[in-house]
This record gives sequence, structure tokens and C-alpha cells, in this order.
Amino acid sequence: MSLISTLARMEAVASGSAQPLATVRHRRISDRPLVLVPLTTAGEAGAPLGALVGTERDAPRLLTVAQPRDRDLRFAFLGELAEAVLPYLDEYADAVEPAERSEADPETGKRVKVTVELCADAPQIVVPSRPGIDFVRLLGRSMRFRRTAEEDPDAAYPAPPRVPLLGRWLTHYGERARVPGSSLLLAATDLLNRHWATGQSSLEDQHLGALLAWIDPPGSLSGADAALHAELDRDPAGQLVCPPAGPATDPAFDNKLLAPAVEAYDRARQALAAAEDGPRAEERLARLTAAEHAIRALLADVMRPTWDSVWHALDLLRELPEGGRVADRWTRDRWSFTGHRDRVRAGEPPQPRHDDAVTAAQKLASRESAQGQLEAQEALDDPLVLAGRRLSGEAFLSEVTEVVMAYSESRRPSPRPLVTVRTDDRPQLGEGVKVYRSLDGKPQSAEFVRYEEDGSPVLRLTDRMGRAKDPAPGSVPEKGDRIAWTLFEHDQRGGPKLPDPEDTPWTHGGPPGADGTPGVGAPDGSGAARGSYGRTGTDAAVGPDPMTEEDFL
Amino acid sequence: MRGNAFEAKVKADGGTELLRLLVERLGGTEPPPGPGAAATPDLSASGPEGRVARTALALREATGSGGWTLLDHPLLALEVAGSPAYLEPDAVVVRPDGRWTVVEIKSFPMIDGSADPSKVGAAARQAAVYVLALERVAARTAGAEVADRVLLVCPRDFSNLPTASVVDVRKQLSVTRRQLARLTRIEDIADTVPEGTTFDLEHCSGDELTAAVDSVPASYAPECLAACELAFHCRARSREADAVEALGRGVRGELGGLTTVASVLAAAHGESGDPRDPTVAALRRAAELRAEALASAAAAPGRTGGGDGRDGPGPAGSLSACEAASTGGTSSSGATTTSTRTRSRAGTGEAAATGHGHGRSASARTES
Amino acid sequence: MTAPATHGPDPAGRSADGPNAGPPSAGGRSSGSAGPDDTAAGFDPGAAAGRATDAILRDTLHGPHRGVVVDSPPGAGKSTLVVRAARELAAAGRPLMVVAQTNAQVDDLVVRLAEKDPELPVGRLHSNDPDPYDKVLDDLPNVRKSAKAADLTGLDIVISTAAKWAHVQGVEPWSHAIVDEAYQMRSDALLAVAGLFERALFVGDPGQLDPFSVVGADQWAGLSYDPSASAVSTLLAHNPDLPQHRLPVSWRLPASAAPLVSDAFYPYTPFRSGTAPGERTLAFGVPSDGSGPDRVLDEAAESGWGLLELPARRTPRTDPEAVRAVALVVRRLLDRGAAATSERSPGPRPVTADRIAVGTAHRDQAAAVRAALAELGVSGVAVDTANRLQGREFDVTVVLHPLSGRPDATAFHLETGRLCVLASRHRHACVVVCRAGVSELLDEHPSTEPVQLGVTIKFPDGWEANHAVLARLSEHRVSWQP
Repeated sequence: MSLISTLARMEAVASGSAQPLATVRHRRISDRPLVLVPLTTAGEAGAPLGALVGTERDAPRLLTVAQPRDRDLRFAFLGELAEAVLPYLDEYADAVEPAERSEADPETGKRVKVTVELCADAPQIVVPSRPGIDFVRLLGRSMRFRRTAEEDPDAAYPAPPRVPLLGRWLTHYGERARVPGSSLLLAATDLLNRHWATGQSSLEDQHLGALLAWIDPPGSLSGADAALHAELDRDPAGQLVCPPAGPATDPAFDNKLLAPAVEAYDRARQALAAAEDGPRAEERLARLTAAEHAIRALLADVMRPTWDSVWHALDLLRELPEGGRVADRWTRDRWSFTGHRDRVRAGEPPQPRHDDAVTAAQKLASRESAQGQLEAQEALDDPLVLAGRRLSGEAFLSEVTEVVMAYSESRRPSPRPLVTVRTDDRPQLGEGVKVYRSLDGKPQSAEFVRYEEDGSPVLRLTDRMGRAKDPAPGSVPEKGDRIAWTLFEHDQRGGPKLPDPEDTPWTHGGPPGADGTPGVGAPDGSGAARGSYGRTGTDAAVGPDPMTEEDFL
Repeated sequence: MRGNAFEAKVKADGGTELLRLLVERLGGTEPPPGPGAAATPDLSASGPEGRVARTALALREATGSGGWTLLDHPLLALEVAGSPAYLEPDAVVVRPDGRWTVVEIKSFPMIDGSADPSKVGAAARQAAVYVLALERVAARTAGAEVADRVLLVCPRDFSNLPTASVVDVRKQLSVTRRQLARLTRIEDIADTVPEGTTFDLEHCSGDELTAAVDSVPASYAPECLAACELAFHCRARSREADAVEALGRGVRGELGGLTTVASVLAAAHGESGDPRDPTVAALRRAAELRAEALASAAAAPGRTGGGDGRDGPGPAGSLSACEAASTGGTSSSGATTTSTRTRSRAGTGEAAATGHGHGRSASARTES
Repeated sequence: MTAPATHGPDPAGRSADGPNAGPPSAGGRSSGSAGPDDTAAGFDPGAAAGRATDAILRDTLHGPHRGVVVDSPPGAGKSTLVVRAARELAAAGRPLMVVAQTNAQVDDLVVRLAEKDPELPVGRLHSNDPDPYDKVLDDLPNVRKSAKAADLTGLDIVISTAAKWAHVQGVEPWSHAIVDEAYQMRSDALLAVAGLFERALFVGDPGQLDPFSVVGADQWAGLSYDPSASAVSTLLAHNPDLPQHRLPVSWRLPASAAPLVSDAFYPYTPFRSGTAPGERTLAFGVPSDGSGPDRVLDEAAESGWGLLELPARRTPRTDPEAVRAVALVVRRLLDRGAAATSERSPGPRPVTADRIAVGTAHRDQAAAVRAALAELGVSGVAVDTANRLQGREFDVTVVLHPLSGRPDATAFHLETGRLCVLASRHRHACVVVCRAGVSELLDEHPSTEPVQLGVTIKFPDGWEANHAVLARLSEHRVSWQP
């Protein structure tokens, strides 16, 4: 934690309410996000229990699993989830605009510009908390290798239609959420924590209710008091007034409310199965329906506060103006969405269980690049973020005190003006250190030359002054200009080209599948052996998960 | 619960499947025993001492037998802080060559060969303690050797089929050995508590219990909340004391000798502290920069209309926030700039969508 | 005082198998520790090291495997080995590319090669940045420099950084490569360059700082080709039969230091000092004035280690008292006319400023020490972070303990590689400056590291290694107050 945010936390303690960590909003909030509040079954390692989902804050769609151990009920839940989510994704798939991108020409191998479709906007999913993102990933993994009856008429347990497709989309969103600065799949707690500091620890900040209480306490309570209430208050029946944001539930809820309701449901089901005549069956069916409704009502009640909290969080975030470079990052999210749309449409198989070596390296490189870019863009968009970089000597504000024209020592001398600046900041300048400023939204670089006797740094501008002997108008600062310089680059350089997966070198196991990679039913999990089958990228290798009597999902 | 059902399934048929997994993962020269071929001695005895003795005897017999033995829930003893602690591993396997292997059976899944690292870490630390306790027994058993790699058995993917992974616990072993050696003895802790203090739940009032708990020193950190029932009590005390740790261990790093929130804020706002102290100097600088940035943002023009820049350039006002600071809050020179650069990159997949960056060589973690 | 110079094989008898205990695989083997003269009685370091080098060169030049891996503990002659292997490969007519991790390492190798063999045609492939290589290279007549690989074809040896090599495309692959500092290279960096060579010799120190990523890479942990892991771990996961060698002797670390460093940081691959107790000595022309710095210098001269302990206190990172103590120790070391006697010269040599280094964990600490030294009128002493001291060697080092005065012990500060680098730069003596209370701090931060399935452990736990080093250092404790 940087000293500036530590200080913000302490100020929150002293004042009793949250303090800003940003002056602009650093993430895109869609005009019409899809909010998903999922719950999981305690002790069942990821079996879904229920969800509220939808784009209308007043009309969430309630999905429940009355008996989480019943595969048919779980599949029905996932089928309903697909019905709730996929149409929302589809809405964005067809609104496109033309865009250019460079591709390798299949014949010449040269990079050429081609015009392709880019989705004009992308669907956005917001979950309450970080475990919610993990759960989306888990759901995606559990669904994408399922087979529907249409795909595999012999499947013992066919999945409902579109469930595998939802699995692929949730996998894509879960993976995209790992890219720094992306906004396709967001957690409300992450969003709030990026923009406000509370007077509690970052671990306690994972509690959505307490976090919101610090930022926007109800009534006349202080944030600190409201947070304590949100954390601890229970009703006379011993239930938390502000239930956990999930997907895990409170044990008191599981034991006192849910377990009896599920038992009642089980009994009603057994009774129905044992019914001997029509009228009795009808009566017992009504009881079963009532038992199911009771569970639905319980789950709706326990999820609703979280649902409302997520929308409350979105309201708070919308009050902040969007950072200038957020749209740039959102465009990448749109590319990401469009790309996955294209892969699905092209009939490509689901994402493999493991990335191959080249894909893993590419993803890591792109995420590191995104991280660098995010840090730079946030600092350029937000003086409060820039303040942190100034404190650490990675940026400085300055006033130009002198500009001396100079030229490079080459056959065609280019302008290399020397700019002397005055600053109160303490940048870590040294011989040859490069600095950058934003000129018309693009970086202009300079290098540190020396300190004047009064301690003022002298910088030599090195680019963006045009090709002529005289610098382009406006490209050289003037005396009195106040300029923010950074020691970090504003854009990330492209990395090296990695080999194609089929050219994976011997050091990394050779091309995928080359050494008899087992596909379906590969033994898993034994140390280094993981890698030797850790690439099931080709369609033939992607089999469904084995199904047993007691699957978790 | 499912955990117990899973363990029973793993150990069914005299542990045939368990031993098959063990041989598959750990290798070795002997093939796994067929169904019923492994000995599964009865370890029941009266009292913990009896069970410990029974386990030691069974281990000795198994080691000399030259065959496979599966010990289901053996009981081991280990001295912790001067008092004996009894430990019950899920299983210990004795191989024909006399090597003992600890088996941990957990109900969290291994999905595509990986599992929750914090849970695996906890299992590894737990198993290391069993290995240590077994080493004490092995030291008195001819031909015995305790493996420092344990077998972790979990449900595979989303099924209840068992799968297993070998976990090397050498690190956890060395750490546990040192921790055991450094633990304060229980009598020494008792000596620091006032005479007559008791934690007897049945014969104490709430106030007495609170007083008793308060008399024991505790070092609270927010991590405690996930692990300890007394954490809320300690947190309240820590907050009362205005301790910086209540905000997380990480915040202390740059605060030097300042231990309370009030002292940090006083130092930051110039009300106390020696400006030559690097901590105080850094705090003052941080407070100044923070205040300046907040003021400049509040004064910056064009702070309305955020979030509507969906398809076009972002609102000029937000882009200029930093440049407004740089122009001292006067007219925004950045107003003409656009923030959306047209991306002209290949757009398939995440890697392409963000371009593959990074030409840096991996050197070492930042040391700033 | 001085720990025994030799110690037996590790208790589990695993020393020859490397970190992966278990049955050795058919082709995989490890050399360097076992040998007829490796017994405690008659250890001949020169012979042991020579045997290891011969085996490495034999496997590299004539072995059937595409790769050879060499683990080199601190100061074990890694650079010498690289230079020798490069020259022998060149002499055998095998076009060779050398991959190093930083430009400084590349330039250093070029200079060493030219020193050994001025006639050898060497290419220095460099970036397009300004000042891409050390100007010293301009004085070497047989070194050709270019930013384009095509300009350097036909030269016996071409040397560059991994980052630059990764951009080389469309050239004939080299028949051989040497990858230097391979443990500090990331797996994805190797992926980008491995297509450029047929076979390779990988050399590195497994005990120094591991490569890392600024973003999470947990999703690939345990995969053999985890892009954030070290190049060597990927290589060996996919090619477990490659010969693995170990340089068994540290020529840098004195007999007093090798056991501590080996035990704490290389418990599964121990090494020894190339010199015997008493072969290296450190003496002062000026006697002690009884102050803390002087007494700790005496202790370090006598035993090879000194721990200057300041009173327990929570401090900022740039603890002014500790920083000043470090600077004072250096000042006194120079003032007292330290002279070092070693196998390198017949008589004592003065320990001048350029033979002294100060090591810290953070850059701001290094900056504070530099300022404190300047105040005391000391110049020419290398003051840097562990990161930047990697691979360097001095007579005496003064280390500001990474945990000194800290209120917390983070993963960064507990990283074994950091402490290992700081404790293994010296030929004669190492003085550690530290506040009291670090053991208690460690006890408050018990190791609860998460464990990823399938990740091979290579190195001891940071928490344990810190305790182990501290326990050994405390035998050489001198308190600041007399």
C-alpha cells in the first residue's frame, strides 16, 4: 500500500467516513450492466444454490436449486441461467462498426490492414465480490465441456441446450477479468475499493455491506458505526441483517433456515413419489410446490440485500466522471468480446483445460503490458494517482524557466531543445533517464541532461517536433508552461513475436500433442506430469468431463 | 457430510484405490497390492496413550513385514510447547521397503490438476506435523524411513472420483521444526497471567472471562478474523488503542515507530514529530501531495458529464484533470485532446486484443 | 568461532539427486559432489572443480543431449566456465550464440572473451537505444557491434541479451547456445529465443533472486511451461533426462562463509569453499578504538562474520541510525588500513574502497547510505540493492539486514534469494548491521505460504532461511553500545 493510500485510510478512521482514492472513475460502467449475484452450496465445492440476475434493478430474475445434490435440478438452474445471460450477450453481438486491424496476409505473410467488424459496445457483467468472479470462472469451467443431447445423443446426462455455450462465455469473461484495467467482468467490491479508502483493513473491505456503509452510510450514522452494524447485526432469529455477498452463505442461514427447508422439500418429494392415487398426488404436488416456493423465498430474501448493494455501488461510481483514457481500455474490451463472438461463430471448440505454452506466454505478456498501461493511464487521468507517483519520484510537476534551442549532431540536424524546469518534487533523475509528457494526448519524450546550480533539472526534448529543421508549432514548451512529466512510459512497447503453437520449441515440450498428449480422461494432478498433458487445444482432445452419480455440478 | 463420505470411498476395499493412486503418483519398484492384499491393522485401544502405543506397534510390525500396510486413522503424539499433543492423520501407508508415507484426504476439488493454493498450503503444514511425529516413532523402529513427500487425495474436477497429487513438505518440515523449538512453553505463558485467572466457561461470568482474556497478550491483525473466534474481541481492543495494525499489517511498513493512527495523522499534518525523521518527512510530503491533488481536482473545469463518452472521445474534462493540475488549475490546455486512439491491432483473443507487450527482461522485484 | 570447513552429505542422503528425490531417471545425472577425494579428510577443491568442469564440457561438446544444465553457487566460477565453453565450442567450429539477461552481463562476457582470446571474432548484438553497449567494446578490434543479427553472421560467437534475441527472426539457427543466468530468465523469455538454437548449455545460480511477474500468474502454476517460472524449471520439466551438473566449489566465499551460505540457501545441493580455514586473513594496521564498528570489524576479521546489533526499535526503511552505523563501519574499515591476505597474492593487499560493497534491500536505503558515506568523506564504495549486486564480488561487504527495524516481514523481505545475494558477495568478511528483535519479528510472521500443486521446490523457505542465518550470525554479535 502506498503511503498516500495509507494516509487516506487513517483519515477515514479519524473522520469516520471513507476518503477518496481517485478523483475520476477508472473503470467503465456500462449504461446497462448485467448484475449477477450467485450463491453456492456450503460444503459442496461450488454447487450452485441460487442466483439473482438481470439488467433491471427492480426486477431481478430469481433462479434457485431446491436440492443442490440433484443433478437434474442443477442442470435446470444452469439452463435458466443460460436463458437469462445469453440473450443479453447476444444483444451486443450484432451492433457493429467497421474497424481496422492488421493481419498477416495468408499469401505474402506481410502485415496488412484489413477492415473487420468491431462490436460497438460490449456487455458487462457485475458480481458483488471477488469470490463471485472466481465462481463465474468455476461455473464456466464446469459447463463448457458438457454435451447437450443434440451434440451427443448417447450422453447419459445431457446438459440443457446452450449450457455449454454459457460455459464458454463465462470462461471468457472470467479470463478477461484477469487483464488489468478490463471492465467486462467486475466485482462491486473491487470497484469501490479502487476509488475509496475506508477506515478498516483491505480484508474487511471485501465485505460489500461494510464497505458501502463506510462510503455512504444510511441515515445519520457514521461510516464506522454503519460498517459495524453491517458486519455484525443479527435479527431476533439470529440471522445476519446484511447477509454475506456470497457466493458462500452464512452458516446460521444454512443450518437454521435452509437445511430445514431443504429437508421439507425432500420429504414432500418422497411423499409425492409414494402417492398412490390422483387426488393424493395432487395434494402432495401442491405441498412440494409450496416447499419449493419456501426455498425460493428464503434465497430471494438472503440475496436481495446484496443485489441492492451492487446497484447502490454502481450509483456511487457513476457519480464520478469517467477518466479520459477509460474509453481506450474499454475499446480493448470490445475487441475481446468481438473476438470471442467470432470464435464461437466460427465453430471453434471450447477453451482448453490448460493454455498451451505459447498461449500462456502471450497472455502473461499482454497482461503485463496492460498492467503497465493501466498504471500510466490512471496517473495521467487522475491527479490523485499522479500524486502517488510524484511521492515515489516517478513523476514531477514543473514550470518551464528557460528554453534553449539546440540541434542533434548528425548530417541532418534535428531540433533537440534544452528545457530547464523548476520543480518542488523529487524525481529520481539520473544520467540518461527518460521522461515523458502528454502532448495532445500522445507522449513526447525528453532525457535528463543535468542539474543547474540551483537544482533545476535540464531536459532535452527528443521527439514529436516534426521533420523540419524548425520544431512544429506548439511542440516545444515555452517559458512559464506548467508541465507534468513522468519517468514511466505512457504506452507499452510491443513484445517479441512468440512462435506459433505448432512451432513450440523442444525446451517447452515441442508442439502440442506431439508427444502423445493424452486428451480425454488424462490422469491429472501429479506434479510435473501436469504439463505433459497440459495442452488440450485441439478439438479432438476436448472431451466432456466424466460424469458420476454424485457430481458437484 | 460429503467429506466423510469421500474419505470412506477413498479407503474402501482395504484401500485398494488409495494404494493404486499412491504407487501411480509416487512411483517405486513394487506394484500396488491387489484388493485385500494390504494389511489394515485394527488400531483401536483405550485412551489416547493406548492408541498411540497401538499405532507404534502396528508401524513396527508393518515395517518388518515386507508387505503393504494401510493404517487408517493412526494416533501419534508430539510434544508441543512442553505438553503432549495427539495427532490423527487420515492414513499412513507402510511400503514393503519400510518407507512410511502420510496420506491426507481432503474434500476440496482438484480441478484440471490444480487446487486452491491456500488449502493445499494448510494441508501441507498439517501433513508436515504428522511427518515430524512419525519421525519420532521411526527413530525407534529398525528399517523405517518417513517420506518427506506426502500424498494429497482430493475429488477430481466436479466428480467424487479420487485423484491425488504428491506434495513435497520439506519446507514445511523445516519451518515446523524451528517453530516447535521456538514455542514458548505453556507454563511460561501461564506465569505471566495474574494468579487465579481462569478460562473456565462454566464457572465464570462474562465479565470475568473478558478480564481473563484481556490479561493475555495478543497481537491482532485483520488476518485473525478468518481464523479465530476471539478476533472480534481483539479487533475492538486494537481499534480502541488506535493501533495502526487494525488497518492491516501492510500499513506498518512505512510508518516506522509510529504505532497509532492519531500519531500518524499528527505527524502528517505537521502537529508533531521531527521533520528530520524520514517517516515524518515522508508523511508530510504525502499529506501535502494528497491535499494538493484533491484541491486541484475539485477546482478543475469540466468535471461534469463523465461516463457518457461511450463511443467517441472521452470527456475532455476528465482527461484534463491531470493537465489541469499541471497548468495550476487555470484554463485546461488539454481540452482539445482526444483520448480514444483507434486501435489497429489484431483482435482475436485476449492476447491479441491488448497486444503482446513487454520487452523487459525479468530481472527482480522492484526495490523502490 | 569458525565453523568447520567441511560437512557431511545432507542427512537424507539426497545430495546427489538434486531437489527431486526419488529414483534417478535413466539419462539424468548429476555430478560435482561425489568423487573419490570428496571425503572430509582429503578434499581437494581444485580437483573436484576440475572434474565437474571436464564433465560439463564433455557433455556440452560430445554428449547426445540437446541441453546441459549447470548449477553454480556464488563465486563458483560460472563466468570462467562460460568463457571456456564458448571458446571450446568456437574452436570446434560450432557457431555459437550467447544469451545473457542484462546488457552489463553481455558486455562483461564480451570483455572476458576478448581478454582470453583477443583474436576471436565476436559479435555484439545490441538494441537501437542510445548508448546500447559499453564504450570499452569499441577498443576491442575483433568485436563487431550491430543492432542487426544479419550483420553478424559468420562470426564465431554472437552475444546479446535475451530481450534482444527475442526480436531476431529469419536467420539460420545457431548450432549451439549458451544461456547465462538461466535461473534469472523467465520461461516465456526462453520460449521466445529457443527457436534460434539447436542445443544449449544453461548456466546459472539457483539461489539468487527468482524471476517474477508484475501480474498474477497463479493460473499456470504447476504447469511445466508456466511462463512466469524460471527457464530452467520449464526446460527440466520437459526434458528430465538432460545432464545436470553442479560446480561444487565456491572460489569466492571463504571457508568461514561457505558452510553458512550452503546450509541456509543450498540445503539440497551443498557446496564448499575452495580455500581452507586460515588461507585468507584480514588484518588492520590500526587497533580497535573499542567502538561498536571497530569491535564488529575485529570479529569479522577473525571469524568472517560480524553482526552489529543496534537496540530494538521500529524504524522507517531508511533508519538514520542504522544507515549511519553502516557508513561508520565502512569508514573505520578504510581508516584502520585493512589488508587482506589470500591465495591471489603472496603478501597482504590493502582493502581499498573499490573492494568494499554495501548491500541493502531497497533503493532508498542505498541512496541514504550513499549520502551518509559522502558525509563521512568516503567515495568509491559500491552501494546497491541485492538485485544489482547479483554476480559481483568484493573483499568485504557491509549489509543492512533486510528485516532490520521493520514492523512487518513481507514476502519481499523474506525472499531467500535476497538474503542469499547479500550474504554471498564477499571474499573475506561480511558485516551485517541490524536492529535487535528480528527473531521475534519472524516469530510473529509464521510462514503460511500457499502451495501450488505440481510446483517443484528448489529452495528453502524464506522464513526458515532467515532464522537459520540469524542464528549463525548471532554467534558473532557485537552490540552497538559497549
